[in-house]
Amino acid sequence: MNLIIIFISAALINNFVLIQFLGICPFVGVSKKMDSAVSMGLAVTFVMVISAAVTWLIYNLILEPTNMQILEYVSFILVIASLVQLVEMFIKKVSKPLYDSLGIFLPLITTNCAILGLALISVLREYSFIQSVVFAVGAGVGFTLALVIMAGIREELELAPVPKHFKGAGITMIIAGCLGLAFMGFSGLI
Amino acid sequence: MEINSLLIAVGSMGGLGLIFSAGLAIANKKLHVEENPKISEVNEVLPGANCGACGFPGCGAFAENVVNGNAKFNGCPVGGPDVADEVAKILGVESGASERMVAKVMCQGGNAETAKKATYDGVKTCTATTLMSNGEKFCEYGCFGYGECVDACQFDAMYMNDNGLPVVIEDKCVGCGECVKACPQGIMEMHKISHNVLLRCKNEDGLLFAKKACTRACIGCGICVREADEGKLVMSNNLAKINYENFGNDSKYPTEKCPGKCFTNR
Repeated sequence: MNLIIIFISAALINNFVLIQFLGICPFVGVSKKMDSAVSMGLAVTFVMVISAAVTWLIYNLILEPTNMQILEYVSFILVIASLVQLVEMFIKKVSKPLYDSLGIFLPLITTNCAILGLALISVLREYSFIQSVVFAVGAGVGFTLALVIMAGIREELELAPVPKHFKGAGITMIIAGCLGLAFMGFSGLI
Repeated sequence: MEINSLLIAVGSMGGLGLIFSAGLAIANKKLHVEENPKISEVNEVLPGANCGACGFPGCGAFAENVVNGNAKFNGCPVGGPDVADEVAKILGVESGASERMVAKVMCQGGNAETAKKATYDGVKTCTATTLMSNGEKFCEYGCFGYGECVDACQFDAMYMNDNGLPVVIEDKCVGCGECVKACPQGIMEMHKISHNVLLRCKNEDGLLFAKKACTRACIGCGICVREADEGKLVMSNNLAKINYENFGNDSKYPTEKCPGKCFTNR
């Protein structure tokens, strides 16, 4: 039960993008097309889950016993950067068009605060290993959900008569705000 | 104690770093994608500013597109001719062709030169004007003078002069071609900077109408074609054109013979 609550809380109630404002950069940058949004969401989810597992192990097996909590940022970034490199190589190998459509935002997952934030929050809340993995899956699903909703709206928006000065980033920000408001409706779900 | 914690810190981070780098090294071998080695070579000589002025997201994408033939080797506006030469060397292209391209205005019919057929009170953009009987000037081939090209220029290399014509500041022009795309009339053209003889008119109406419409119009008399060296100028649709394929500064261009003063030496 506890795990389900963690999952739903991470995915909807405390949605990383729309409620906690983490990872806005790819949210605005890669939400133009549905398929690249989905694959970006999957890539981020993958990095989140693996990095949550690895950072949990590092924190609880290396940093805490040696009293070296001060190194958590450095070691977490190390983990995330290596994982992103791995994902990048994998995507380039498997699907070159996908690699091209994600473009600069793929290596930028490294500096995506959603992922570092996730690792730090799980440390802060003293989650167990299973809990932090579930938390990561929930956060990844929430991130993908936000991206997909945004991409769906923006694809429709291409046909809408948006005033000239709102075009592009402007209207995207407004929609992001509306989505954030909508997601606030989930508070009190649990 | 402090030395001890220092050692632990260095040891643990170093260890982790080694493990991850070993993992990445293995992954690199396993997941290696054969890439044209020229791409990384081109990437080396680019400025690396990732400014996107070439139209691609970053220098890496530009390098890839250059090697695949989707972009020109002189497409990097930041690097200028030096970088273009380097890129051309890598690609094995003739770098002599890397001469700087600038936009030139191919119309001299400003407010003072042209006759008006009506007063246009509509939306003051060139594109809107094409939809409304081609604006207020008699000449339907020329510049409307609402400056969409100037708006399109992101490098402050253009301005509208008092006569209602756009002017290119050639020192600032990087040759991105945005003004050429913006102009609905095709007045803006990309030319090599050494093409200093220009026939600056697009009017195809011929003697009767062109002369009425604009004092600087090509009336299709053909004097220039007859006087010039063979093949330097061609006449089509009542309009003379300079044949830039065999352009040479030493050849004779009868610029002063033109009754419409269409030629400029700029």
